[in-house]
Amino acid sequence: MYPSRFGYESPKTVEEAVALLDAHGGEAKVLAGGQSLVPMMRLRFAAPEMIVDINGIEDLHYNRVEADGTVRIGALCRHEELEDNPAIAKAIPTIAAAAPLVADPIVRTRGTFVGSVCHADPQGDWAATMTALGGHIVAQGPKGKRDIPIAEFVIGPFQNTLAFNEIAVEAVIPAPKGVRVGNYLKLERRVGDFATASVAVTIDMQGDTVAYAGIALAGVGGRTINANEAASALVGKKLTAENIASVAAAVAAVAEPRTDHRGSADYKRQIVKTFVERILTGLLNTSQKAA
Amino acid sequence: MTSLYDEVQAAPGEGVPTRRVTIKVNGDDRTVDVEPRLLLAHLLRQGLKLTGTHTGCDTSNCGACTILFDGRPIKSCTMLAVQADGHSLETVEGLASASELHPIQEGFKQEHGLHCGFCTPGMMLAAKALLDKNDNPTEDEVRWALSGNLCRCTGYQNIVKSVLWAAEKMRAESK
Ligand SMILES: Cc1cc2nc3c(=O)[nH]c(=O)nc-3n(C[C@H](O)[C@H](O)[C@H](O)COP(=O)(O)OP(=O)(O)OC[C@H]3O[C@@H](n4cnc5c(N)ncnc54)[C@H](O)[C@@H]3O)c2cc1C
Ligand code: FES
Ligand code: FES
Repeated sequence: MYPSRFGYESPKTVEEAVALLDAHGGEAKVLAGGQSLVPMMRLRFAAPEMIVDINGIEDLHYNRVEADGTVRIGALCRHEELEDNPAIAKAIPTIAAAAPLVADPIVRTRGTFVGSVCHADPQGDWAATMTALGGHIVAQGPKGKRDIPIAEFVIGPFQNTLAFNEIAVEAVIPAPKGVRVGNYLKLERRVGDFATASVAVTIDMQGDTVAYAGIALAGVGGRTINANEAASALVGKKLTAENIASVAAAVAAVAEPRTDHRGSADYKRQIVKTFVERILTGLLNTSQKAA
Repeated sequence: MTSLYDEVQAAPGEGVPTRRVTIKVNGDDRTVDVEPRLLLAHLLRQGLKLTGTHTGCDTSNCGACTILFDGRPIKSCTMLAVQADGHSLETVEGLASASELHPIQEGFKQEHGLHCGFCTPGMMLAAKALLDKNDNPTEDEVRWALSGNLCRCTGYQNIVKSVLWAAEKMRAESK
């Protein structure tokens, strides 16, 4: 189908874009990659009055690793720019592992990391990845910028805490406390289908001791599942088979899967447990090989 | 100057704003007035009569509408026509020259890479995006690059062979 009628502006600066959102008092929508918004408009799940296309704001098109290890991902960084990206792969292995699993290769040329986090799809790979990493979103509104920690940003299915006149200009992932390792596993029936279950794991190691552990899940609940509390049981400990088994069980317990055509709730919970174990065991084996 | 709306929609009433856009399509600049809600796929098909670009779904899943946008593959059903202003597009109509098929098209012919042909234009553009970046892909890399394009007929086997055939031909030609 074709979308219902709307006005369209393509501002060249964030300030202009914010002014447009402000002027339309909640009836305007930001258009980034369009890979969620345009299909929703075609199906008429969304019918904004005004589209503020941010694709012309070249300043938002970047991803970079700073000297201290902080990673900044601008609002126009496309999914594919995080794939085969050695600097990102070194700084945040979980992002490198997830990037080729997001949607399909053609969607990845347009869809954006930040747009996906904003969209807060319970099945979305980047909201889960960001939740595990524990970074923040920089929002810019008429009064300037503010930082929103990710746990306060993605608050429900398709819900974020941006005000109607704010744009998410970048995602910031803090420098690791030590050496960051991690992985992302996703079970999907075919490329581009919603995940049956996905698990994002990120660990900061100081020597052989865990200094930070973040885990989040997609596809196994009505929202992105934040399992960071369960993961934090690893902090201050070594990765051992025993610790791994108990964290995997604790993470599986906080999943909220529902039975559907992709599998039963029990099956999905089992996948979560297996994936957590598989990722952590893999990280343990690589660190032992490196030592 | 054409004014374009939608195949299903009658022309809009008075006062529906349009925007004038200039898009390079297969090398030629085309200037049209479009309503913002017109999808790029519809502009190509209904407006510019380039019906080689197909639309097979409403959910951005099938890839039949794949074209190249500044050299990268996109789903033209998931972009507004106004967004293409100032950009350069390549559709299946841009592949062949007056006298010769593009090696990718020849590959699909040689290796029987199509049955009904509905997915074929999208497959060929996705393949072109791959071969422009990687002239010697493995079978896995071809499958990976085409994983956003659905085919209901072939079982993909011959599509993959067609692309590998084209890659070989293109390497030989560039020597
Ligand atoms: C076939 C298909 C398969 C897919 N499979 C997956 C998958 O497996 N995993 C996955 O994670 N995703 C998947 N997606 C979704 C895809 O990743 C989208 O790119 C992503 O969800 C949204 O990013 P976008 O840049 O396209 O945002 P848009 O579609 O442009 O916007 C999405 C929403 O976020 C808002 N928004 C976007 N950017 C900003 C910003 N900077 N500031 C404020 N608000 C903003 C918009 O207003 C809109 O409400 C799939 C999409 C398709 C079409
Ligand atoms: S028509 Fe199906 S993806 Fe565009
Ligand atoms: S040849 Fe019929 S859909 Fe591919």
